[in-house]
Amino acid sequence: MNTQTDIATAGRQLGGTLMELRNITLRFGGVEAIKNISFDIREGEIRAIIGPNGAGKSSMLNVISGFYVPQEGEVWFRGERRGPVKPYEVARLGIARTFQNIALFDGMSVLDNIMTGRLHRMKAGFLSQALWWGLAEREEIENRAQVERIIDFLEIQNIRKTPVGRLPYGLKKRVELARALAAEPQLLLLDEPMAGMNVEEKEDMSRFVLDVNDEFGTTIALIEHDMGVVMDLSDRVVVMDYGRKIGDGSPDEVRNNQEVIDAYLGVAHD
Amino acid sequence: MDQLIFAAEVFMNGLMTGVMYALVALGFVLIFKASGVFNYAQGVLALFAALTLVGIQQGQVPFAHLINSIFGTHLEYFGWTVPVVLAILLAGAVMVLLAFLIEKLVLQHLVGQEPIILFMATIGLAYFLEGLGDVMWGADIKNLDVGLPQGISESIESVSANWFGYGFFIDRLDIWAAIIAALLVTALVAFAQYTKQGRAMRAVADDHQAALSVGISLRFIWVMVWSIAGFVALVAGIMWGTKSGVQFSLSLIALKALPVLMLGGFTSIPGAIAGGLIIGVGEKMFEFFVGPMIGGATENWFAYVLALLFLVFRPQGLFGERIIERV
Repeated sequence: MNTQTDIATAGRQLGGTLMELRNITLRFGGVEAIKNISFDIREGEIRAIIGPNGAGKSSMLNVISGFYVPQEGEVWFRGERRGPVKPYEVARLGIARTFQNIALFDGMSVLDNIMTGRLHRMKAGFLSQALWWGLAEREEIENRAQVERIIDFLEIQNIRKTPVGRLPYGLKKRVELARALAAEPQLLLLDEPMAGMNVEEKEDMSRFVLDVNDEFGTTIALIEHDMGVVMDLSDRVVVMDYGRKIGDGSPDEVRNNQEVIDAYLGVAHD
Repeated sequence: MDQLIFAAEVFMNGLMTGVMYALVALGFVLIFKASGVFNYAQGVLALFAALTLVGIQQGQVPFAHLINSIFGTHLEYFGWTVPVVLAILLAGAVMVLLAFLIEKLVLQHLVGQEPIILFMATIGLAYFLEGLGDVMWGADIKNLDVGLPQGISESIESVSANWFGYGFFIDRLDIWAAIIAALLVTALVAFAQYTKQGRAMRAVADDHQAALSVGISLRFIWVMVWSIAGFVALVAGIMWGTKSGVQFSLSLIALKALPVLMLGGFTSIPGAIAGGLIIGVGEKMFEFFVGPMIGGATENWFAYVLALLFLVFRPQGLFGERIIERV
């Protein structure tokens, strides 16, 4: 593990480096979506990636999640360099995510959806499960208890048996968060968790994100458009524009960065 | 009165035939549920399973004709017979191996393609498997005997003769088919609902991207689903093969499953059962009551008419998921 001195932002102590991205460059054909970007994610922090549309935020998140493999640069996770990973292996590494346009299992109940988050933690063999005996039984009970805790935590008890397809948008987002949490990830990636929400739903979601970070100690990396939300939630912010990093630091530092202001208010690029 | 008792017998026979249709339809539903693909090859899968079972059981040399024509040998049989249970297990293993190969050689390269592309691939697969079955085990009609009782059930005949004064004719094989189908369906439903693999399977059916994000390997699930479909095909192949011999027309039972699926809904396991029963009973009753008036042979087409009628009133099938469009 990296032994940098701990930095404090907004009165909070942050831990060591959980993930480090070194000189990442990602190309799609001739287009450079990410241009030589480096930054780190500290244990226990809420790290935001912001930027105007098309800045490369989602690509960055996909590099972090291992879905895209950058042409150049290194991804270090938990002090080890991470090679290319298969999409389904990422969850096993302790990284869970939510999607910009909700990817839930519509035909399944809320409870079942959240249980899928724990699938890779269940070890019982097929026979044991078929006979509902031994390990399988213990596992199901344990996992179910953990899932119920998350359901309580996110205040969705009343919809646990409802098929997800019938839920309103805001609740779907919450179920998706619950499923990600069920995996007990070390690193939680949220792709625009507040997109398309009304003010009240945004407040709820912000509270949950803070509570998750606080109570489970989960490190969170998120992409968000709503500047107010980002500034309130995050410990440190990376600002991207046209695939480049133009700012990195605490919300206050970023807010006063001239380049960031230009990117957001729109200054002619030459 | 006689007419009524006779109709009741036709009804019962219809139910039994329906069970056999349902067995085939089940395989379709499984794959459709898990991958959204209509597996055209399901009927051929049943044929292939039955051929393999007979071949193993009778100790046939696989690819005998091919080997003989290349090397000038005269191989045909190994000269042993394999016990039924072992032969079924081996045939099951072959179906799992086949599932693995199908994933590796076909599906893996088509990830993320439109369902219609995958559908076309299964048509190709169907013809390939039919050819493979031919080359591997020969084209002659074979008898399949795994020890399932056949012929009229005397106990039912005598009991009904006492009660109604008329002995019902019901094939014992049909009764066994019904029992086996019931067990199979119970097992499949329990598997899908209560095991982690079942949960993962439903998850994959719902959303690939989301399934990957929670750590489900699509490849594993696909191999699993095709293995199960292969196993169901084996069961269907055994039942049909015992009933009418293992012959290449067996692959056409898939065409009987189609109206069953339209009726029951492509996504519902109970629907496949109910659909099978309705089609089975419907076509037998129609043949019995209306057939004589229009010259008979209605069984070939009546199932489709019935299915089309259902489509008019319930496009999603009897138990299919209701399609709600949100604008």
